Amino acid sequence: MIMIKSLNFKALIVSVLLLSAVLLGWYLATLPQAADTAAVDPEYAALMGGAAVKNSGMPTPAELGHTLRERLSDPFYDHGPNDKGIGIQLAYSLARVLAGFALAALVAIPLGFVVGMSPLMQRALNPYIQLLKPISPLAWMPLALYTIKDSSASAIFVIFICSLWPMLINTAYGVASVRRDWLNVAKTLEVSALRKAFRVVLPAAAPTILTGMRISMGIAWLVIVAAEMLVGGTGIGYFVWNEWNNLSLTNVIFAILMIGVVGMLLDLVFAGLSRLVAYND
Amino acid sequence: MQTDFLKVEALSRIYPGSRGQAPLVVFENVHFSIGKGEFVCIIGHSGCGKSTILNVLAGLDEPSAGVVIMDGREVAGPSLDRGVVFQGHALMPWLSVMKNIEFAVKSRWPDWRKDKVRSHCQQFIDLVGLTGAEHKKPSELSGGMKQRVGIARAFSIQPKMLLLDEPFGALDALTRGVIQDELLKICAATGQTVFMITHDVDEAMLLSDRIILMTNGPRARIAEIVVNTLSRNRTRNDVHKDPQYYRIRNHLVDFLVSRSREMAQAPAADSDPRHPPEVRPGEEMDDQGIAKPPPAQKQPAMHLV
Ligand SMILES: Nc1ncnc2c1ncn2[C@@H]1O[C@H](COP(=O)(O)OP(=O)(O)OP(=O)(O)O)[C@@H](O)[C@H]1O
Ligand SMILES: [Mg+2]
Repeated sequence: MIMIKSLNFKALIVSVLLLSAVLLGWYLATLPQAADTAAVDPEYAALMGGAAVKNSGMPTPAELGHTLRERLSDPFYDHGPNDKGIGIQLAYSLARVLAGFALAALVAIPLGFVVGMSPLMQRALNPYIQLLKPISPLAWMPLALYTIKDSSASAIFVIFICSLWPMLINTAYGVASVRRDWLNVAKTLEVSALRKAFRVVLPAAAPTILTGMRISMGIAWLVIVAAEMLVGGTGIGYFVWNEWNNLSLTNVIFAILMIGVVGMLLDLVFAGLSRLVAYND
Repeated sequence: MQTDFLKVEALSRIYPGSRGQAPLVVFENVHFSIGKGEFVCIIGHSGCGKSTILNVLAGLDEPSAGVVIMDGREVAGPSLDRGVVFQGHALMPWLSVMKNIEFAVKSRWPDWRKDKVRSHCQQFIDLVGLTGAEHKKPSELSGGMKQRVGIARAFSIQPKMLLLDEPFGALDALTRGVIQDELLKICAATGQTVFMITHDVDEAMLLSDRIILMTNGPRARIAEIVVNTLSRNRTRNDVHKDPQYYRIRNHLVDFLVSRSREMAQAPAADSDPRHPPEVRPGEEMDDQGIAKPPPAQKQPAMHLV
């Protein structure tokens, strides 16, 4: 116990040291260049130096801190299409991810059950799965835009496609590898097919299915940024692209940070769910 | 005792050889029958096909040839009439002890009320001595406790016949004794028909009415069927005192040590697989092979093992 505690403590110290080192390096790298300040009149530099760097170049840590405080204190304001709070943009992205993910789960889990339970379906569908799985989800975007004609729905479709495969494959694998003993118990108890599916196969395969869902969610959150950069309008991906066009690297870095935080929280949610259905054998 | 509650006829199991290998004949032409209320054990070396036979009886495995008839009907699939205790305990690890048994009881009697299911399950949990562990998950139990849950689950559906695959293998001697006694008691009270696999000669002698001996595999067959001539109301404590005990025991051990192998190599030409020889070790045979009770006082009590 003491060992673990001290290990955690050491890890914390190292983490903090790493962060300080990165911040310090960043701070030093974004200091106004010595050569520039020496070459010009010190008074002019004092007047102009800071401001000139601030607007176009790399932000300093202090500037990022300022932006963070400002943007997080009012995350839900809405001043027209190009000026929304970070909370609203993230909410748009999350809504698309959740919609696409939920649709994918609705298709992938029942289909995975069928594939996992029936060797015939497994063989029949496997070539298609193998063929479709390696296609980058963004490659579907033009087709989606052409057929659906709605940019937001197209983004959802792309999320749907990219979430589908890990869930489908993991569900099929989990269902196919349910222990024979448990199925035999169900058989000797003359359990109906439906009861067997929900009371034996589903709980037995649940950890594997959840792993698939977790992978899917990770990929969906990766893909949504790119998808929104393409379709534009709203969402965190669009925000990043828009701020890049405004040449506001501070906001871009801020958005990157937020994407990371939300991705981490999503993963934590699925880690928690996994723990709920986990069992020791 | 009517002798055809369960009838096994010409049973064979052959696994097709993989990639040019010869097919594996696990056992062939196995005949035996079990009477209602009879307790039959099967003994044989590992791999001779005992679990395979039990799975066929359970309806979980299909024989390559032959039929199993129970209660006048051919066994064609698993049924609630036959309760199985699996060699690996086969508990659902995500369910507690209580829920594991409830799953079986609810399958057997789907329209029972909740409290009735509960009290019925509790009764069988108490029976196997797991009172207090109802809400534990299988991973929190010892190997022996898990096996006891498996036994309680099979008993709880009150099947017409119990099929036990080495149910006490993982138990310590003390618990094993307690559960053996319970099993004896239940069988005596309910007239339960039981087919059980065991490796333990003493266990077979304590529990069973007849003991089927299998030769070594592959191509295993029934070598003979030993009739247990010990008194029917034997208990674990006094069974050793019967002089018959050591005669039967020696016969069984001798079979396991040497004859099971010898017979596998040189099949006895004279024996008819439809009627495997029934032997009563320690009792003299007359010319027809029918055992006579030993004359009183002729043999001294034997303790020379
Ligand atoms: N799926 C299979 N394919 C091929 N051979 C098999 C298969 N399952 C079992 N066997 C063979 O059948 C034989 C009998 O197996 P079984 O499990 O019935 O033995 P057992 O008598 O119960 O042994 P033990 O006492 O170790 O439990 C073994 O030799 C095994 O190799
Ligand atoms: Mg076995």
